[in-house]
Amino acid sequence: MRVRSPALAAGCALVAVIVAMALLTFFWTPYDPADTTGGRLEPPGAGHLLGTDRLGRDLLTQLMLGARVAVVASLGAVAVGGPLGPAVGVLAGLAARWLDDALAVVLDILLAFPTLLLAMLVVAAKQTSLAAAITAIGLAVSAVVARLTRVLVKRVLAQDYITAARTSGTSWPRIVTGHVLPNIWPTLAVNLALQAGLAALAEASLSYLGLGAPPPNASWGRMLKEAEATVLTSPVAVLAPGALLAMLVIGANLIAQGIREQADPTLRRSR
Amino acid sequence: MIAYLRRRVLLLAVSFLVASCVLFLLLRLLPGDPANALLPMGATPEQVAEVRHELGTDLPPLEQFASWARKMATLDLGRSLISSLPVGSEIAARLPVTVPLTLLAFLLSVLVAVPVGFFTACRGRTWYGSLIGAASQFGLAVPVFWVGILLIDLFALRLRLLPAGGFPVDGWAHPGAALTALALPVLTVSLVMSASLIRYVHSAALDVLDSDYLRTARALGASFAGAVWRHGLRNAAAPVVSVLGIELATTFLGAVVVEGVFALPGLGSMLVRGFAQHDYPVIQGILALSTFTVLVIGFLTDLVQRLIDPRLRRTTTGTPA
Repeated sequence: MRVRSPALAAGCALVAVIVAMALLTFFWTPYDPADTTGGRLEPPGAGHLLGTDRLGRDLLTQLMLGARVAVVASLGAVAVGGPLGPAVGVLAGLAARWLDDALAVVLDILLAFPTLLLAMLVVAAKQTSLAAAITAIGLAVSAVVARLTRVLVKRVLAQDYITAARTSGTSWPRIVTGHVLPNIWPTLAVNLALQAGLAALAEASLSYLGLGAPPPNASWGRMLKEAEATVLTSPVAVLAPGALLAMLVIGANLIAQGIREQADPTLRRSR
Repeated sequence: MIAYLRRRVLLLAVSFLVASCVLFLLLRLLPGDPANALLPMGATPEQVAEVRHELGTDLPPLEQFASWARKMATLDLGRSLISSLPVGSEIAARLPVTVPLTLLAFLLSVLVAVPVGFFTACRGRTWYGSLIGAASQFGLAVPVFWVGILLIDLFALRLRLLPAGGFPVDGWAHPGAALTALALPVLTVSLVMSASLIRYVHSAALDVLDSDYLRTARALGASFAGAVWRHGLRNAAAPVVSVLGIELATTFLGAVVVEGVFALPGLGSMLVRGFAQHDYPVIQGILALSTFTVLVIGFLTDLVQRLIDPRLRRTTTGTPA
């Protein structure tokens, strides 16, 4: 861990900005989120740094609160998919042939529903809420991670050192914790970091379609929906949420790339 | 090959069956009694019972599934709870928007991504190579609807070159008008799609360009273009084809979201409306259609891969040993 990869550092910096913004809202926002005393669609200026939305709310305040939702959505989705995906994947990798085949088919089908459709279904099943959106995205993430884990586990199990461990009488739980997980962990971490970024995108899409966190939660997706009709007069309201979202996702992607480089030093030289 | 086909077709059939079960279960998990959605406020319990009987929701689950599966098999998707129009014919009416949008966007992104990805792999260390890499990184990180809004702002509102949304009422009667209406949506979806595709093509091409067999071919006197043409393309194509299927499914999803931005009367806007109105037959019909399409695309991708890569043909499972 001596040489930190530049990608990891850059990714952490980008994500840190968004997280700091989200944390700050717990203590301070420029205006009260429900404060509609500003003029409607004011341009950026001294009173309102980024201007106001069409209800007269301060745009910067809304953006900061949106950061909270985006961060919570990515962390929440990883918190669901992080344990669940690898657990199912390891189970499938180790299980008897029929169970493995069955799990593989179910995973393939879950992946045939794109993440967003699956999320829309789960959200429709409950009332639209941030928790429902996160659960939905987390389940979709689990399916992706489980499928990856299954392939990785199979690859490790085919190695000679597993055969050696088996013949020397190591139990399956110890093989999993001692040999399988340490070997597949870097790849899983890379994938989870990517999925965290995609989860933020999925949450924004759900909110944009009106299926995400309901008001008064400020979500970047819904801010875009509200701002799209007035893009000609107040382009900042469209540009800012999208740019922040891109920052968060690029940050997550860079962290993923950084973890990969950290785990596999040959990548650093070849790029 | 025959043994493989038999196994793969069987797998496809099982997938269809499991997918139907998943769909059926998911839709039964949806809250709210469809009968309540159909009836006005303050309906009597008798009226509710009658509507339930009509819908068949008073039967035991297994019988419900049997009749549902029978209907699905005969492509009877039921009627919308809101408009009481047959779902099947509404889907058919909307396909001429969504299918061209998806296919054109897919085609455009392949036409852009394959040369660009290959080119950046050959010229990775130049400034324009890095620029394209950064652009595709950015394209991966932005929501497709955001790109749509920005393109509307630029091309429709500021430059007034293309329509901001909508689709001709008479559909494809005037192909020019229909294509103009689809121009911005197609551009939006393909911009985002090609960003991810470029990365796949790029890494597949890098693998090939770094390979020992290509160096050997060059050492034996083949020109760079000749070696890539003869040995590289087929090897690079295999991993790219395997993601194309997923990409096509993602393109469809992009189309679903983008239809909202451009007010296009396609499957996407129908699906979103279905979710908002809890119109289950509509949701079910579109999801069934898209799931089965994705499964068939996966099947075809696997077949194409075997045609490209003879090593796969030696096994029956389709995975290299």
